[in-house]
Amino acid sequence: MTLNAQASVPDTASDSQGMAIVARTQGQMVRRRFFRHRAALAGMILFGFVIILAFSSIGFAGIPGWWGKNYLDTGALTNQGRPTLSLIPEFLGGTGLHLGEHPFGQDDIGIDYFALTMRGAQQSITIAFVVGIVATFFGTIVGAVAGYFRGRLEAVLMRLTDVMITIPVLIIAAVVGRMMGDSGALVLGLFLGLVTWPTLSRLVRGEFLSLREKEFVEAARAIGTPPRRIIFRHILPNTIGVIIVSATLGIASAVLLESALSFLGLGIKPPDTSLGQLISEYRSAMVVRPWLFWWPGMFIIVIALSINFIGDGLRDAFDPRQTRVRA
Amino acid sequence: MIVFIARRLVISFFVLLAATFIIFVLTALSGDPLEDLRQDNSPNKDLKIADRVDRMQLDVPIPIRYLGWLGRLVRGELGVNRDGQDVAPLLGHALSATLQLVLVATVMAIIVGIVIGIVSSLRQYSGFDYSVTFAAFICFSLPIFWIAVMLKQYMAIEFNNWLKDPGIPPTVIGVLALLGGLIFGALTAGDRRRRLIAFAVGAAITGALFTLLSVTHWFADPGFGLPLIVAISAAAAVGFTVLSAGLRQRGPLYAALGATLVGALASQVLGPLLANPTWLEILGFALVTVAICVGLGYGLGGIQRRQAITASVLTGLFTGALIFVDRMLQAFNSYSQAVRGRPISTIGARTPNFVGDFWQTNLDSAGHLLLPSMALILVSLATYTRYSRASMLEVMNQDYVRTARAKGLPERSVVVKHAFRNGLIPVTTLMAFDFAGVIGGAVVTENVFGWQGMGNLFIKGLKEVDPAPVMAFFIVTGTAIVVFNMIADILYAYLDPRIRLS
Repeated sequence: MTLNAQASVPDTASDSQGMAIVARTQGQMVRRRFFRHRAALAGMILFGFVIILAFSSIGFAGIPGWWGKNYLDTGALTNQGRPTLSLIPEFLGGTGLHLGEHPFGQDDIGIDYFALTMRGAQQSITIAFVVGIVATFFGTIVGAVAGYFRGRLEAVLMRLTDVMITIPVLIIAAVVGRMMGDSGALVLGLFLGLVTWPTLSRLVRGEFLSLREKEFVEAARAIGTPPRRIIFRHILPNTIGVIIVSATLGIASAVLLESALSFLGLGIKPPDTSLGQLISEYRSAMVVRPWLFWWPGMFIIVIALSINFIGDGLRDAFDPRQTRVRA
Repeated sequence: MIVFIARRLVISFFVLLAATFIIFVLTALSGDPLEDLRQDNSPNKDLKIADRVDRMQLDVPIPIRYLGWLGRLVRGELGVNRDGQDVAPLLGHALSATLQLVLVATVMAIIVGIVIGIVSSLRQYSGFDYSVTFAAFICFSLPIFWIAVMLKQYMAIEFNNWLKDPGIPPTVIGVLALLGGLIFGALTAGDRRRRLIAFAVGAAITGALFTLLSVTHWFADPGFGLPLIVAISAAAAVGFTVLSAGLRQRGPLYAALGATLVGALASQVLGPLLANPTWLEILGFALVTVAICVGLGYGLGGIQRRQAITASVLTGLFTGALIFVDRMLQAFNSYSQAVRGRPISTIGARTPNFVGDFWQTNLDSAGHLLLPSMALILVSLATYTRYSRASMLEVMNQDYVRTARAKGLPERSVVVKHAFRNGLIPVTTLMAFDFAGVIGGAVVTENVFGWQGMGNLFIKGLKEVDPAPVMAFFIVTGTAIVVFNMIADILYAYLDPRIRLS
């Protein structure tokens, strides 16, 4: 704090010695710490690449993509549907770097597997984000209201949270998936979000419980600030770190949740597809046509891993205490 | 304490009740329970539909149906599924299989996860720490069904093929030795020279071990034999003593080594008794072991009596477990032949119609449990590792740990006595949380490995929009989760005296 205050007055003496202290806002500090976290940065680049690849290649919502095939057209099987992707350069005995006709191969009715996988990735990413946004929204509201107002309202809301937490996520999600699997990714994501908020609401409530006793909140209350303003302008910005980190990790687990549901046949239904459903469909093809099993699996792992790394980087950026510990 | 438990019980009961209502209503609303019959073309279609409507009370509003279900539950009935089968016997079969799976996975994940987490926190920023952290991230991001299918392919089918001629090719031994060396090296603190020596020693030991195993075709007919049991158990005795009492006083060490000796003697003397025991007898042996070891510790412990008892009891139980495993491994060859050379199974919870003695049947369930529980463990292991690492790091940085070091306490006492117990506190809360996740994971794993367990009951019931089996599943798992939550709370209060339950 004192450093920032000093730095706002330009100090020519220390400047000339090359010891200028640059003032940084909280946001700038967080951003700096985040971009110094190598794994998080790599995760972000990787995730960005996957998003662009998935959405631009086969197009989305009626906009055509640059990849000529789509995930519904069947075709003749070439070379038993083997992948044509080659990454081994010619001087190493390979066939050179090229994509070929079907880089990821074809499934058993000749659909281009690259297009299928991209469609699956689109669905998984869409659902994960919708789940993340909906769950974060509800979790924050419930946690904030319960933590700030306390009393009977808190008791009711927290008992509700207890009830939701007693039910394993996969179980309630499976029931919801059975209900909403036919209605497409957006609706499924929305309803999955409606059952996955309790973890966050507990965290937010905990933060609110400690922050509401702080002096600045008391001061705000003393000058007659309405509760809504205290919650949103005074307390919530202080909990933003917890919320963002938890939301990110929530998105990563939503990717896995959705794929598990689709694997069980309780998520996205054919003819539309998702990564989990692709794996479920071709799990017995593991021995003879392993690519049908590997590609969607790799994409799930890459998506989940990169989001997890981003979340870890955000956690360190918002709460640098742990990283500084040196035994 | 009792008041606290009673209050928790009452609250948990109502929470569980509300949860059953939610699940019931959502399941009943989740689809059309007559879907399959509507596409039926048989002449008595209308009759079938009327029959099912009557049996599932589809003409009654859902909340009333829920009350009816609740009323039957109070009388101890779980209702019938849509085909008129009583759910209770179905549940009975499924229950033992799933509980076995879930408990094995949870206990293993807790023990291994906490150990790895603590070691990695004590060696922060070492190669080991980085590898563990990275592996944990990978595990977090692994879809459990994907891992399960992979395990099925590589750990079961190919492993069984390999068992037909269990020699290890030299390149594989080389890789394994390299890995062993890396683990040793990464675990060693100190300068580069010490780490290199540790690497060389580790690589040599691992390489020699696997060469020996390969040359003697150990995997075809495994077993430890008495000398190896004594050696491992003595090493464990020293290890437990170091952990619990340190080596400054001799008493605890003698007590622990005494436990090793008694165990070794017992394994020879009790041979006939162990030919085909029952679980009750095994439990009896365990109790006798504990009693003898407490006596040993009490008699030989001297000034560190309590620590000596801990060390010798742990050693005794460990030796017992070792003898148990050895017996099971001795039965391996005959069992393997009985199942036509495919001991690692991929389907179901036991080989149908398999009859064998105590060791063979146990081997049979172990072979079936191995892969599904590995898939389950991998996922929750990462969580435990990360949490215990983080909380140990936080504790090790506290003032009282510095004080303990400043007093001149040996590092062992600082870690084991001062830091470890406090570091465990946050992990207990994780236990309850993670258990729910393991149950969800079990549903998926059972699906992959074709277990006729609870998960199967649930998925089938849900797909048929049939609340009775779904609710039977939830009553069991929900109760288990509530109980686990409570155990975690009580443990929390025991570990953290600041929290007095009121």
